[in-house]
Amino acid sequence: MTGIIHSLWTTAADPALPLDRIPTPKIEYAQLSPVLIVFGAAVLGVLVEALLPRRGRYVAQLGVSVVGLAAAFAAIVALAADGYASTKSHIAAMGAVAVDGPALFLQGTIVLVALVAAFTFAERRLDPLVHGRRVDSFAAQGAAVPGSEQEQRAVRAGFTTTEVFPLLLFAVAGMMIFPAANDLLTLFVSLEVFSLPLYLLCALARRHRLLSQESAVKYFLLGAFSSAILLFGIALLYGYAGTISYGGIADVVSGTARMTPALANTTANDALLLIGGSMVVVGLLFKVAAVPFHMWTPDVYQGAPTPVTGFMAAATKVAAFGALLRLLYVVLPGLRWDWRPVMWGVAIATMVIGAVVAVTQTDVKRLLAYSSIAHAGFILAGVIAVSPDGVSSVLFYLAAYSFVTLGAFAVVTLVRDAGGEATHLSRWAGLGRRSPLVAAVFAVFLLAFAGIPLTSGFAGKFAVFKAAAQAGAVPLVIVGVISSAVAAFFYIRVIVLMFFSEPQPGGPSVAVPSPLTVTAITAGAVMTLVLGVAPQYFLDLAGKASVFVR
Amino acid sequence: MDHLIGALVGAPLLGAGVLLAGGRRLDRAGHWIGCLLAAVSFALGAALFADMLGKPTGQRTLTSHLFSWVPVGGFRADVAFQLDQLSMTFVLLITGVGTLIHIYSVGYMAHDENRRRFFGYLNLFLAAMLLLVLANNYLLLYAGWEGVGLASYLLIGFWQHKPSAATAAKKAFIVNRVGDMGLSIAIMVLFTTFGTFSFAPVFAHATSASQAKLTVVGLLLLLGACGKSAQVPLQSWLGDAMEGPTPVSALIHAATMVTAGVYLVTRSGVIFNAAPTAQLAVCVVGAVTLMFGAIVGCAKDDIKKALAGSTMSQIGYMMLAAGLGPIGYVFAIMHLVTHGFFKAGLFLGAGSVMHGMNDEVDMRKYGGLRGYMPITYVTFGLGYLAIIGFPGLSGFWSKDKIIEAAFAKGGTEGWILGGVALLGAGITAYYMTRVMVMTFFGERRWQPAPEPDTAPSVEPGIEVHPGDLPHPHESPKVMTIPMIVLAVGSVFAGGLFSINSAFVKWLQPVTGHSEGHSPVTTGEVTAATLVVLAVGVALAWAQYGRAPVPVTAPRGSLLTRAARRDLLQDDFNHVVLVRGGEHLTRSLVYLDHSLVDGAVNGTAASVGGLSARLRQVQNGYVRSYAVSMLGGTAVLVAATLLMRAV
Repeated sequence: MTGIIHSLWTTAADPALPLDRIPTPKIEYAQLSPVLIVFGAAVLGVLVEALLPRRGRYVAQLGVSVVGLAAAFAAIVALAADGYASTKSHIAAMGAVAVDGPALFLQGTIVLVALVAAFTFAERRLDPLVHGRRVDSFAAQGAAVPGSEQEQRAVRAGFTTTEVFPLLLFAVAGMMIFPAANDLLTLFVSLEVFSLPLYLLCALARRHRLLSQESAVKYFLLGAFSSAILLFGIALLYGYAGTISYGGIADVVSGTARMTPALANTTANDALLLIGGSMVVVGLLFKVAAVPFHMWTPDVYQGAPTPVTGFMAAATKVAAFGALLRLLYVVLPGLRWDWRPVMWGVAIATMVIGAVVAVTQTDVKRLLAYSSIAHAGFILAGVIAVSPDGVSSVLFYLAAYSFVTLGAFAVVTLVRDAGGEATHLSRWAGLGRRSPLVAAVFAVFLLAFAGIPLTSGFAGKFAVFKAAAQAGAVPLVIVGVISSAVAAFFYIRVIVLMFFSEPQPGGPSVAVPSPLTVTAITAGAVMTLVLGVAPQYFLDLAGKASVFVR
Repeated sequence: MDHLIGALVGAPLLGAGVLLAGGRRLDRAGHWIGCLLAAVSFALGAALFADMLGKPTGQRTLTSHLFSWVPVGGFRADVAFQLDQLSMTFVLLITGVGTLIHIYSVGYMAHDENRRRFFGYLNLFLAAMLLLVLANNYLLLYAGWEGVGLASYLLIGFWQHKPSAATAAKKAFIVNRVGDMGLSIAIMVLFTTFGTFSFAPVFAHATSASQAKLTVVGLLLLLGACGKSAQVPLQSWLGDAMEGPTPVSALIHAATMVTAGVYLVTRSGVIFNAAPTAQLAVCVVGAVTLMFGAIVGCAKDDIKKALAGSTMSQIGYMMLAAGLGPIGYVFAIMHLVTHGFFKAGLFLGAGSVMHGMNDEVDMRKYGGLRGYMPITYVTFGLGYLAIIGFPGLSGFWSKDKIIEAAFAKGGTEGWILGGVALLGAGITAYYMTRVMVMTFFGERRWQPAPEPDTAPSVEPGIEVHPGDLPHPHESPKVMTIPMIVLAVGSVFAGGLFSINSAFVKWLQPVTGHSEGHSPVTTGEVTAATLVVLAVGVALAWAQYGRAPVPVTAPRGSLLTRAARRDLLQDDFNHVVLVRGGEHLTRSLVYLDHSLVDGAVNGTAASVGGLSARLRQVQNGYVRSYAVSMLGGTAVLVAATLLMRAV
């Protein structure tokens, strides 16, 4: 039973080993501390929910989340400063979790995004007072049937769903493991760990509750479907390689692993490898919203509470692209001649369809959803490069994109009328006349989405297209640039609408947010401009963090 | 020390950011924040200057590389600064005079409710101008160049409620675009020729490029310089730019903006030295503008517009000098600095007069003001003596050198250019004496306001009095002190620079210097200049000092009438450019409608149609979505397998 890399998951299940020889798993707590801190904070949040009186929960939950996330970020920085991002990077927890440059970079991005998102979750000044109490964007009582007597009672009692904070933290912890997962089961478990809280969060909108619940159910059903495909793929890969660890599978693919006699008949069956590999990739493409696995995106983005949409759009994409990168670069690099052409097709379809369909959208949130699909296509172009430049450009793009997205959705929460957020585009006409600052900030975000120079969007797009072109994917870059041009149309159209149309009488007003949302929007705008004007430092940082541990 | 260079630009930029983003909260302190950051920038400049003086001549250039913006292949867009003697001179002028103008504006704009915004723009102006002169490559210089254009647009149109101000701002911006186009094409040609934007490598290899290319680059750079420096044929915006608040005029005319063109030509001296045709073009433009501005200045009755004509003419001197090559660069910059002092002083003085006269700008309605505003009279008078080149004052030292250098060019060209420069000195004396006499001497041609019940307000700004009649008074200290400081500079700067040829020695390592072979001696030039000067002053005195000045302007000769209309510049632009442009656009619009639109609209329609069709797929049913996922998975798996099979 030598030759196969042991891992936390398979050791116990291996029938060849006598039970009394199960070794104690070795867990490097210090290296896993970022994730453990977030999990700890999440558990603490559950306790707060259970033990504290209702009045104190909001402040306590916000405090726990902010402190937990900040501590996790500090831990990530400490690990990186200690050299875990470069020289000391290795695989922790019995081969289950990688601690290396890409993992730490992406975890850092996710934690920062979550920190900013926590501020938008906690915003309580935008909605009008309900029975004299300040409320946030979340339902008074998630379990109450919309429109029922129970719901009205909950509203009257001034309930708020502070459970969103522990849910957010659980999702964040899952997302942090996802790009660091170094075996297929960890990958699957972390996928579920971050997906389930997201399904719940989607269902918790205070306004338009039916739309919100519908989006959650759609997301859940399709997410479950994609999880099943992913799991099936994992099973096939295990059948192919006899191991679920990334390194082990890669060894079998490259033919350097020694075969176990028991599995010799089935292993190295290329059909299993190809089918299994592509099914796992499909599972991840679902999460990044690549065509044709993108259809949940507009419906869910529209229905979910806007702070959740912002968080989901930013952080899920980071985590899922991280996992996709690791899978393609660590497990399947030997297969690149098989998967690259297919991914070419997916990238082209994603860019084109995302950009083209966005042209006829009339709802801001749906527009941003399609724009996120198009952006997934651009990022895929960087993934396909299969080079260190490709990795660093994708890392940079993800960091840049996630802050633009968070900022943009935070602005969407501000534009309101009597029915809550006014998301129909026609309602945004002339916004620049009434609220020049808000419109200008949104315009900055839109320009960043469109990839106009001096915004982070340009630097990111430039980096991925450059990496793709250097890797020989010139046609892909051409399609990408054309799609960008199409995409620029609908971004600029919103700017034109805001600044050059007459305001509607009785149009929406811009709510004055608390410092929480102001901080979130400012963070987004500052990151957008800093990464756009002086991207070199961050490109270098991403470049240094671009080597995967094997 | 080199890290301070970034802070030099950063301080006013920070000020602009804070003041513009800070909103009404900063209304009460905003103007002092603006002044403080301008002063900080000046202090940093002075510290760097002291540091530079302590170093041997060969090691005075400091560089500071902040970061590179998207380097790819051979393309490097560096944000990097270079501080040598030339930039240092500009830094001190921009921040020094700029700070004084900031302080003056505190008083001048005291009653304007948008004073904070005004100071934000002023800071932005300084930051852009500093970026322009500190950049170590053409691309960053261009960023500063455009920043200056933006800031001038915002400031000229600051009183945008006046249609004339809004129009003037647009005019300045559009005319400048023409010049900017030239500069940007020049930069592109430079990049394709030398493969870099940085000054050092471009200048090192300048001579290796073909003569034709260098001439093209030189002419394009000249076009850019014409726009910013208001040289013929792109001069038309300068007069209208007087619509901005007077401190803005002072800033544009003395410390920033119009000096940018001279800087560009001097900085690119290596290129011009290698392209004699372009160099001659610079001289011709300078000489023509010199006369143009002087003639316009003689006919204007609006005090600010007369001064604007004079600026145009003085910048013409600088351009002429810069076009002379190594004989002239140093004197171009020296005149630029001395001009910075006295022109700023003159504009601030004009502002002070207007402030006391209910914003009246027509000199025919002034007269005899010297008793009412003595400080303004003395400081304005010193600026006047400096600009006409009164012996011993600043203008004398710098302008004489330019005239001398023009003769030193040699040959027929030298005689023509020298003659024009000499004649210009006489006209300068004439129109400046006219301004001085009409404003401060003679009998008063205004109706004094009846004494108000309370003591006359010493508050500056726009005041409304019974019947809107003026009651001239001296301005508050916050306005007079900057004027006094500038007057001191107008008197002594030129002399200080000339002691032991200090300025020539200072700038020589950057621009190079040669004496040339003058057909006339220094003594002869000085004597001739003084004679011309005396004639000019005497003529003006005879015309405006001895005889009474009519309150309504006489019809005047054909030339006077043309000069009042800025020598028909706008009529020319209208007939040739606007009409011609209209014809061109009309035919282009026709082409556009028939050909381009067809293609564009066709594409747009097909994208839109495709979009609408693809949208149908998004029907909201989970079952359809799931089917699409299943189909997608099947296709993906099949395609992967197929790839292996092929």
